[in-house]
Amino acid sequence: MFDIDRWREIFQSINKNRLRSVMSGFTVAFAILLFTLLFGIVSGLSNTFTEAFADDAQNAMFVRVWKTTKPYKGLQTGRTIQLRNGDYNYVNDTYGNKIQYKSSRIYKNFNLKYKNEAGNYSVMAVNPDHQFLEKTIIDEGRYINERDLKNKSKVIVIGRLIKEDLFGQKPALGKRLNVNGSSYLIVGIFSDEGGDNEERKAFMPLTTAQIIYGNNDYISQIALGYDPKLNLDEAVAFGNQMERDLRNKMNIHPDDQSALSVQNMAEANKGVGQFMGILYAIVILVGSGTLVAGIIGISNIMIFVIKERTKEFGIRKALGAKPSSIVGIVVQETVLITTLAGYLGLSFGTYVLSLIGDSLEEDYFIKDPNVSTGIVIGATVVLILSGLLASYIPAKKAANIKPIVALRAD
Amino acid sequence: MIKIEKLHKSYPIGKDSLHVLKGIDLHIKEGEFVSIMGSSGSGKSTLLNIVGLLDIHDEGHYYLNGQLIKDMNEKKAALLRNKFLGFVFQSFNLISYKTALENVALPLYYKGMGRKERLQVALDYLEKVGLKDWANHLPNELSGGQKQRVAIARALVTKPKVVLADEPTGALDSTTTDSVMDLLKDINNEGMTVFVITHEEEVAEQTKRIVRLKDGVIISDEFTKASKAV
Repeated sequence: MFDIDRWREIFQSINKNRLRSVMSGFTVAFAILLFTLLFGIVSGLSNTFTEAFADDAQNAMFVRVWKTTKPYKGLQTGRTIQLRNGDYNYVNDTYGNKIQYKSSRIYKNFNLKYKNEAGNYSVMAVNPDHQFLEKTIIDEGRYINERDLKNKSKVIVIGRLIKEDLFGQKPALGKRLNVNGSSYLIVGIFSDEGGDNEERKAFMPLTTAQIIYGNNDYISQIALGYDPKLNLDEAVAFGNQMERDLRNKMNIHPDDQSALSVQNMAEANKGVGQFMGILYAIVILVGSGTLVAGIIGISNIMIFVIKERTKEFGIRKALGAKPSSIVGIVVQETVLITTLAGYLGLSFGTYVLSLIGDSLEEDYFIKDPNVSTGIVIGATVVLILSGLLASYIPAKKAANIKPIVALRAD
Repeated sequence: MIKIEKLHKSYPIGKDSLHVLKGIDLHIKEGEFVSIMGSSGSGKSTLLNIVGLLDIHDEGHYYLNGQLIKDMNEKKAALLRNKFLGFVFQSFNLISYKTALENVALPLYYKGMGRKERLQVALDYLEKVGLKDWANHLPNELSGGQKQRVAIARALVTKPKVVLADEPTGALDSTTTDSVMDLLKDINNEGMTVFVITHEEEVAEQTKRIVRLKDGVIISDEFTKASKAV
């Protein structure tokens, strides 16, 4: 298959027609460059969106309460709604089969103190599942567990930055921390991809907080993770259903967003998914258009080139060249040029994207733009195929011209 | 070597067709030096194209080296051309971006000969036409006579049975015409069949047999003084 003489012929022809080769190469390289940049930039946008939701689990739902804004069943507006353990259990009992993770939350602000270092931090009292809802990453030790809840232990899991603030480089795990005057055992240290604020938090067992700070069964929020087997539509429907049921149970007007609402990541995901889908569709449309323009460009050049070389092909045929050898030489040359130029465009595009990196994240929401291997391979295959097609058809036509006609061409 | 019986050929021109060859009978034996004469439009180029498998006839029979030529496709024709025929054209038809040597070596490439060997053979043939020193020059650096000698070397390099020359001297002045004709004579003296098309009497007289064509039929076919001299 490999024919060194064939390659010699091709390089001679490329060398002889340098301008034409460079032009057709440029057409393809430019098309692929634009294609790569477009795809990279959209993937950068997509990365930014994905990261915006990286703080919480993709399937997280939060039940939030505040004050009523609509009178209902003789109850006035401005009534403060309070979630209790009973509500948490109700949700659990009613929708248990649709829930993957569940946790109550109580928000507190405490002064944390270790020796001479102290500071005010937000502390959340939670159930063990909360780790997965918040995507907390345990660096050392452990998270809150069921035994802590049962024993109402005075244990605390602190964020990486709290540890840095209070302990510096010294170890913190197993040390006792002064929390608003009570002594807590540090059982774990965590980090979080959601940013610095998320790492200046601490977690303690829900039951501990309820007994020590209020001696009641109040909770601030219910956090859930819906069953990942639900699709986005089912998850949205589940969230809406739960919202209606809870409002009904707590005598809240069915439309009172302020009094009780379920914030559902499924809705946000759906929105982002649709948005990115449309964006990708536009890019695929524009990108393919660019590719097609490149292909048409090279087809035009090839038609012209083959017309120009008709006489040469006639001579070659008179000397004993088979039509297949004529077609082969043209196709091989075009595929070589398109492939090389395509790779050049692709590499340059990838290089530019890597230069951009995260520099446009602040102003343009483009983070780490890149093109996936699949797209790279796909575009290369499209290029080779189009090079084949763009040259095969006119070459086949030229090769089948009778040599006598071809020789007459000038 | 070449045997033609009742050959007809017409070209469609719009709805009509132009009947160019109207029943040609011609038999050329191995080693002959034949010229076809006729004014333009007499059908002589058409005849050469058919003999050279560059064109297909409509009716009649054509035997090349004893083989009946029919149902030719481009691939078969290419093989036969490469094996049996060498072409010399009025306009030389050298490939402009290849050197003289590469032009001469090209038919050997299509024959499947290795690069080293074919360049050596090509150089031998260039030497034979007196252009060894010009081997690495491009066609546009050569004079008309030199180009035609390169073309002749290219026609000979595959050791064909027949050399077909279409107005080989048509683009040359009288001095170079003589040198090209001398070359063709030498080739013929080595036993190769040479088939020349020309409209110049002086050229035709140097061949051994003159076939005159008019309006698609042969009007005379006679041996020349040159043939009797041998």
